[in-house]
Amino acid sequence: MSRPRPEPVQVIKQRRDSALRALTQGIPYVSFLGISFDRRGDELTAVLRFDEKLIGNPFLPAIHGGVTSAFLETAAIVELSWSILWEEMEHGGLDPKAVDAANLPQLPKTIDFTVDYLRPGLPRDAYARARLNRSGRRYASVHVEAWQDNRSRLFAQATGHFLMPEKTPGGHG
Amino acid sequence: MTADKARIARQFIEAIPHAKALGMRIEHVGDGEAIIAMDYDPRFIGDPATGVIHGGAVSALMDTASGAAVMSHPVAPAITATIDLRIDYMRPATPGRRIIARAECYEMTRTVAFVRVTATDEGGARPFATAAGAFTVERGPADSGDKGDRRAEPAGTPA
Repeated sequence: MSRPRPEPVQVIKQRRDSALRALTQGIPYVSFLGISFDRRGDELTAVLRFDEKLIGNPFLPAIHGGVTSAFLETAAIVELSWSILWEEMEHGGLDPKAVDAANLPQLPKTIDFTVDYLRPGLPRDAYARARLNRSGRRYASVHVEAWQDNRSRLFAQATGHFLMPEKTPGGHG
Repeated sequence: MTADKARIARQFIEAIPHAKALGMRIEHVGDGEAIIAMDYDPRFIGDPATGVIHGGAVSALMDTASGAAVMSHPVAPAITATIDLRIDYMRPATPGRRIIARAECYEMTRTVAFVRVTATDEGGARPFATAAGAFTVERGPADSGDKGDRRAEPAGTPA
């Protein structure tokens, strides 16, 4: 008995990257803020590129608390959607080509979101990673950490609860 | 005195680049209360399937209104920064409608300001989101001094 040959690496990468692109680039507000996502396997890092329009205190200057909150919430929602998409793409037989801007998976809805502001957001790029503490059929609890220069010096963290999208028969819920 | 605080708070909010980027407009500010509105804009959509505005844009609006409420409080600090903000989303905002945030700084201790804020879409009877937050209180140069908060003293000085 011989195993089937694994898919060529570039085929796998192309599939995963295009699914991630469809997921994130389809959200206008994510583009408006200038958020992108780096992927290593299934691990995502959200990147917020600094821009003048993100400033909330022109005198320090520092990033607006609302931007920080939006960045963390985006990182949480994308992580959650990505985990659903990944599962369906890698094990559920979902055709990644079907995941395009016009046919995006339904996004989870935020129930509540609590942000701790630990330090001022400096006028430079910021990074965030989300962790699914619980991802059930109906509800999910997600924790997010954000940092700038040093991974161990967080400038904000957040916990949010989300309503999972309903599974549609035959489709990607 | 109170009118001055309201004017300083207004000047401060109007100088915030992100408030401008989101097109926030101050409807009222004074005595620990602030009302700030934001027009519907397709660039702020968070769910392309429904056209609903992203929660992040709503938090930016509510955070700004909260900060303005703190700064306009009769015993307002010169400086304030958000310690934490918890937002509850009861339902999605109605696509196409202006969003109005109403914030009230209901308690001010020597060190912490407590704020409640709601977000309602125009014409809506009840808020679609509410939030509660705690903010730092720094009483300016006469007090313990700057600790590197996110909001510094407003540049505008009373004429």
